[in-house]
Amino acid sequence: MPIFKKPTIKAESGRKREIPRGLFQKCPGCAEVVPEIELVQNQRVCPRCDYHFAQPAKERLQNLLDPETFVEMDADLKSVDVLRFQGMVTYKDRLKKYRESTGLLDAVISGYGILDGYKVAIAVMDFGFLAATMGSVVGERITRTIEYGTAERCAVIIVAASGGARMYEGMLSLMQMAKTSGALARHAEARLPYISVLTNPTTAGVMASFGSLGDVIIAEPRSMIGFAGPRVIKETTHQDLPQRFQTAEFLEEHGLIDMIVHRKKMREQISRLLSYFVVTP
Amino acid sequence: MDIQPLDFEKPIFDLERRLQDLKTHSDKHDVDLDSAVAAIEAKLRDTRRQVYGNLTAWQRVQIARHTQRPFALDYIERCFTDWSELHGDRRFADDRAMPCGLAMFDGQRCVVITHQKGRNTKENVMRNFGCAHPEGYRKALRVMWLGEKFRMPIISLIDTPGAYPGIGSEERHISEAIAVNLREMIRLRAPIIAAVIGEGGSGGALGIGVADRVLILENAYYSVISPEACSAILWRDRRHAAEAAEALKLTAQDLLKLEVVDEIVPEPEGGAHRDYDTATKNLGSALRRNLAQISKIPIDELLKQRYEKFRRFGSFTGDKAATASARS
Repeated sequence: MPIFKKPTIKAESGRKREIPRGLFQKCPGCAEVVPEIELVQNQRVCPRCDYHFAQPAKERLQNLLDPETFVEMDADLKSVDVLRFQGMVTYKDRLKKYRESTGLLDAVISGYGILDGYKVAIAVMDFGFLAATMGSVVGERITRTIEYGTAERCAVIIVAASGGARMYEGMLSLMQMAKTSGALARHAEARLPYISVLTNPTTAGVMASFGSLGDVIIAEPRSMIGFAGPRVIKETTHQDLPQRFQTAEFLEEHGLIDMIVHRKKMREQISRLLSYFVVTP
Repeated sequence: MDIQPLDFEKPIFDLERRLQDLKTHSDKHDVDLDSAVAAIEAKLRDTRRQVYGNLTAWQRVQIARHTQRPFALDYIERCFTDWSELHGDRRFADDRAMPCGLAMFDGQRCVVITHQKGRNTKENVMRNFGCAHPEGYRKALRVMWLGEKFRMPIISLIDTPGAYPGIGSEERHISEAIAVNLREMIRLRAPIIAAVIGEGGSGGALGIGVADRVLILENAYYSVISPEACSAILWRDRRHAAEAAEALKLTAQDLLKLEVVDEIVPEPEGGAHRDYDTATKNLGSALRRNLAQISKIPIDELLKQRYEKFRRFGSFTGDKAATASARS
């Protein structure tokens, strides 16, 4: 009989989100296995290598805002299958699946709150919901967040993460790009600040609209940020992609973003920026 | 110019050829085949009506991509006079995929911004298949600002598979170039008409597509993603493009229902490439009529309407009352 035996425990297949507390996650950065609980306590940053895991919108709001100050707005907005999208899977089924797995109605949480004493209108996207693609609800809640900021004369903060426009809503999704950018035009004309925070990954329709329009644009370390997907670029151009292509570091080097900020320093950095832009805190 | 038939046009093409053969034969041998000719002509009419009257979304996409379809510069040549192209974004390069400039339309000065595709390899190398880099969008904005400064309306002719997915595009920030155009076009103090004349490929199309009036040619399409890419994502296989085209609701007719476009410009039977003069005349008269309408609206009112036009997009359930108050 062998002294060592391969354990027969099998990883349970199923939805990632449903991993109960107390389990472990393998870090994509250093391959280290990190206890989930330690991750949550560390704002979902790997304690060994600083890899930034995807962070659910609710946790992020807790980390950014002063305790008990967040007031959610437009929480009841729900997407409609306006095109009656027929494909391998229906849009209705997808929505149902992600509503169950994330407990969210759509891919963004928005509202207002206090950040280190500053009132802010804030929207945080949640990549766990259908790759945080932007359909009507995401576009509407972000637009209303901006409009609220303009009306209340406070700063707007949008923490982006997105696979782009949501194809299940067809052209209505694309139009959200114009809608959100239009609201930002008015916010800018009112001389009010907008800070765009890009997280892993932020691409396509969201990058080609509000993601790129911040007075200051901040990215989390090593986030993948770009317009087209790397695979599409490779197939189209038949070229090898440069090292670290489409990472936050690549964008900073090319002068496309203002700064890279560690998640645990984010609140402090935003507060410092607001101290310049907001005349009366 | 011989027109290359598309796959679904094969029955029409075959009949046309048979008709031609019959006529030649009848002339050459002096035989009376009039009744046979008449029969085929009748069948041809029916077949045409059958095929062109029931075009699927995917067939329209193929018409929109036909290499012989009139492109932006063909319309400029026929609808406009005194075309004066302005080159370059004053930063990096001149994007030949997006010719922009000044032209006279109906005796009126205007700014024209376009996408331009190529008809053959040489042209396509120059035009990059109508896929613009950031420079194209930045040039377009620079030229649009001339419209604002010198009080000229802006006409945008959209025809692109999409903005170019390349290394240089990313390095010079294609996202920002498009985003800035969206923000600036919403508040640009000049009347704007956009017309999708062929392919309306996603963000690359919208990047010059924020306008007071959005027109679309009968067989043009405008989509959030190409049918092929949608098929690759949803079916994990590009061969389901026809189904994806149907699902995406990208045809002119669907988009009018969704109010994404304001008006459909009719094309000659079988598509704009079959009759440039009719296509040009139709686009010209639609531009003329819409331009007359929006030019009458005071600019502040026009900007308010433009904002509202794009603000309204979206379909969802929930608290509508809050929307109304947020908008006021």
